[in-house]
Amino acid sequence: MNFPILSSLILLPIVGALFLFFTKNKNGNNLTAKYVSLFTSIANFLISIYLWFSFDQTISNFQFIEDRTWIDGFINYKLGVDGISILFVVLTAFITPLCIISVNNSVKTRLRDFLIAILIMESFMIGVFCALDLVVFYLFFEAGLIPMFLIIGIWGGPKRVYSAFKFFLYTLLGSVLMLVAIISIYWISGTTDVIKLYELGIDTKYQNLLWLAFFSSFAVKTPMWPVHTWLPDAHVEAPTAGSVLLAAILLKMAGYGFIRFSLGLFPVASEVFTPLIYTLSVIAIIVTSLIALIQEDMKKLIAYSSVAHMGFVTLGIFTIQQQGIEGSIIQMISHGLVSAALFLCVGVVYDRMHSRLISSYGGIVTIIPKYSILFMLFTLAALGLPGTSGFVGEFLILLGTFKDNFLVAVIASLGVIFGAAYMLWLYKRVVFGKLINTDLKKMVDLNKSEYFILICLAVPTLFFGFYPDPLINTIEVSVNDLIDMYNLNLINK
Amino acid sequence: MEILILFLPLIASIISGFFGKYIGDRNSEYLTSGLVSISALLSIFVFYQVIFNQYEENIVIATWINSGSLDVNWSMLIDPLSAVMLVVVTLVSSLVHIYSIGYMSHDPHKPRFMAYLSLFTFAMLMLVTSDNFIQLFFGWEGVGLCSYFLIGFWFKKESANAAAIKAFVVNRVGDFGFALGIFLIFYLFGTVNYSEVFQQIPTITDKNLLFLGLEVKAIDLICLLLFIGAMGKSAQILLHTWLPDAMEGPTPVSALIHAATMVTAGVFLVVRCSPIYEYSPLILNLITIIGMTTAFFAATVALVQTDIKKIIAYSTCSQLGYMFFAAGVGAYNVAMFHLFTHAFFKALLFLGSGSVIHAFKDEQDINNMGGVWKKLPYTYTLMIIGTLALTGFPFLSGFYSKDAIIEFAYLKGNTTGYYAAGIGIFTAFLTSIYSWRLIFKTFHGEYNNKEVEIEKTHESPLVMLVPLIILSIGAIFAGFLFKDLFVGHGRSIHFWAESIKFLVPLSTEHPPTWFLLLTPCLVLLSIPIAYYLFVKNKELPSQIANMNKPLYNFLINKWYFDELYDVIFIKSSKKLGLFFWKFCDGKLIDGFGPDGISSFIKKCSIKASKFQSGFIYQYAFVMLLGFSALLTFLIIK
Repeated sequence: MNFPILSSLILLPIVGALFLFFTKNKNGNNLTAKYVSLFTSIANFLISIYLWFSFDQTISNFQFIEDRTWIDGFINYKLGVDGISILFVVLTAFITPLCIISVNNSVKTRLRDFLIAILIMESFMIGVFCALDLVVFYLFFEAGLIPMFLIIGIWGGPKRVYSAFKFFLYTLLGSVLMLVAIISIYWISGTTDVIKLYELGIDTKYQNLLWLAFFSSFAVKTPMWPVHTWLPDAHVEAPTAGSVLLAAILLKMAGYGFIRFSLGLFPVASEVFTPLIYTLSVIAIIVTSLIALIQEDMKKLIAYSSVAHMGFVTLGIFTIQQQGIEGSIIQMISHGLVSAALFLCVGVVYDRMHSRLISSYGGIVTIIPKYSILFMLFTLAALGLPGTSGFVGEFLILLGTFKDNFLVAVIASLGVIFGAAYMLWLYKRVVFGKLINTDLKKMVDLNKSEYFILICLAVPTLFFGFYPDPLINTIEVSVNDLIDMYNLNLINK
Repeated sequence: MEILILFLPLIASIISGFFGKYIGDRNSEYLTSGLVSISALLSIFVFYQVIFNQYEENIVIATWINSGSLDVNWSMLIDPLSAVMLVVVTLVSSLVHIYSIGYMSHDPHKPRFMAYLSLFTFAMLMLVTSDNFIQLFFGWEGVGLCSYFLIGFWFKKESANAAAIKAFVVNRVGDFGFALGIFLIFYLFGTVNYSEVFQQIPTITDKNLLFLGLEVKAIDLICLLLFIGAMGKSAQILLHTWLPDAMEGPTPVSALIHAATMVTAGVFLVVRCSPIYEYSPLILNLITIIGMTTAFFAATVALVQTDIKKIIAYSTCSQLGYMFFAAGVGAYNVAMFHLFTHAFFKALLFLGSGSVIHAFKDEQDINNMGGVWKKLPYTYTLMIIGTLALTGFPFLSGFYSKDAIIEFAYLKGNTTGYYAAGIGIFTAFLTSIYSWRLIFKTFHGEYNNKEVEIEKTHESPLVMLVPLIILSIGAIFAGFLFKDLFVGHGRSIHFWAESIKFLVPLSTEHPPTWFLLLTPCLVLLSIPIAYYLFVKNKELPSQIANMNKPLYNFLINKWYFDELYDVIFIKSSKKLGLFFWKFCDGKLIDGFGPDGISSFIKKCSIKASKFQSGFIYQYAFVMLLGFSALLTFLIIK
């Protein structure tokens, strides 16, 4: 067996976290904590880039497979990546160091513990995207909640306890059903190995129930309408770095889960429930866009817009069209970059003025021009302007949807209009207009680390907008294969 | 070389936008103007090549989106149609760049302004030189974005910000249709390249689709959806509301974007897709009707407006209507001809009005002007030339193109054709009246401005006048010189070659002489009428207005479109949003979901905890009850 590169991706952050754990938690030590965590996460990012480069795009098989027996005859610790999952691994490894750099201003207390939480979170998230055994997947999937729960509950705003519990309750409720489903799959098929399950297939008569159980977990995490109400609360209370992780990576687990498990394991049921997904996605797109239109709180507005964007993702996945699924994956990557950047943008002004209310800003363009330019860029990416990565994803999704269902595509396209309205209106109220609140004059423009982070996010947003080939080439073969397998299964059953 | 035409403006924009601080205001002005001018010269050269050497080229620059069967490239297509657009865009753009050096001389954000103008030019060039629908869409949204930036350029003005957002969002409504059109094209043909799509069009003419429960012809649906996009960008009635508001932007912007180039993108789209539209008589008729309604509607509104830029904006709206109804009757080349001539005289009028506004120190209300024609001789003369060209005064450029439109509508020979020709003639008369009203109220009569003394009004500097003079040369001669090439009977077919498709060759007959003379006569007649109304007997217009109060209010409020939309769309979306947020999310989902469940469990546990009272006799009683229940159960069993 070759060097276990995936395991090292998962373990490295934990090693870093352990190291931090044994350092003293003194204020003077914060710098050490920061450097250690930063070093770990950057090393991890470099490994993930190496992984991406050595990944063979021409085959759809899982690569870098590691297979170790954990509980004999029941669970294998099995990892591997294919075109669909590798991008998420890279995204996770990319966002984490940026988060760590960003904690400079937003977290005042117990910085060491916060960094430990972030590193552990990174490790679990990478685990989710690499796991090829349902039980291993489940463990990572659920364990990821704990650091997030702590981040919101300890470092959050005034209503943090309520939000943290709401977040936990919602997500746990769905997960319990998924656990039951995983156990039943073991009873039915005798294995929880994903690759074997792909080959064996699951008996049609069980698929509907199993699909629903997985769905209940994924729908909450996506989040889909109507189980989305935890997200705005969680975002509002979470510290900036927490919001970034939540929006950029945590939400992507469910989208990934839909592609990998719902489509891959239960094609017949997926076909049955496609109308359900379509309906909920379309409602999510339209309803949450309307809600976003009237928000007063910047973070809430972006949180609601995230729900709408994830609505596009779920829509695209269930079109079972090449363009639709590829669009969804690109939309998730793009949303990972753009929503992270938008939450950071909110964080920047929050750190200076300690207000998230839109009405307390206005007319800051001349005071902090660098910030305004970058914020504008991400606003445009969020509303899907051609030339940004947001467009490529959204456009491909709608293209795929249109092939499958006219009506759904037409209604979903309406969301694009609302998207322009609420994002531009937000930007206008915050950045343009007359300077009324004179306190704003004291604001200073982006410092070096903030500037660096936002530029790091801006470059791929634009690059993949003009040249998405690196992304599409990576996923193309795997998606193609997934669709073939899906259709084959449908014919056989 | 073609690539240079495309990327010089982009380079200019990047340098001026990001390094404007370092290279200074002056240098970024020279740099952007210079590079765009070079681009204009190259475009003229390309145009020359296309006219005389039938030069055509399709250059692939790079791949863009490549997913499954979808294959989109960044590319550049040079054919007669795009060559015409190249010249219009780069020429007007370079003149506007130069003019802006003078017009924006007091503005603190010059490099940013110039960067936006150049960026706009780049996006517009991407739009016109695309060889596929998705790059077209890129340019389409790109020009919309630059328009958004430029309308909201004075970001401190609340109204400018609102207008900018309105422009973007209304355009997005059009884009919604446009995007659906692209999806449908991809669905039907599996490609988005013009040439591949156009080739396959004849094979689907009989195909029907079930769309939202309606059985429609596929080709009609494509045409309709694309036309919705065109309506948004070209400010046709129903989606026109953003254009007058867009006048909040600096005047050079209005000249470039909202007169000569961006707003004509819709017309360009219809002409570009002539191989599709030719197979859909239904939608062509619709285009004619929308076009002529817009022409008429905008002209009536322009009659009563008092803001100099809004009058010209409505005039633009109206002229775009003309272009559409030309395309609607199948005379695509005539639509392009009017687009071409209109670019010169409308840019001239806008820049001229900018010169007037400059002279009056940012006054835009024509009621506060008047009597300055001797003070501003050059501006006055140039505005007169623009007005003559716009109204279709014989032998100026508007005369050739507008009359050609009305002629072809007449020659179409069907009801819509005659009807359109009739409305066209009447609108030409209205156009003439409101245009002369503007001239007379601005330059003649008494001096009405209270804030600036007449001695303080001054002629604009040379840097602003030279672009005007160049445009006025175009406004005078463009029609005469290019008439044969664009709409001549033999030559034009040869010139347009493959880029415009005519299923049935355009009629080569001539309408009766009385018909040909009708429009010029009305136009000539309107000058003394306007002079009488707005200079000689100034009481008469207000008397007429007072006598027809409802009609006047209807016109001054622009047919109440804004009010209607405010109620139907804006207020109701906000209400819906509030309802979904407070009621659905708050009361229903959270109320019965997490909050409901947790409070329910809390209540239950409070009740349960009451059982644990600590009194032995209560426990004993419950035990006894349970014991007897169990006993009863066993006995009965």
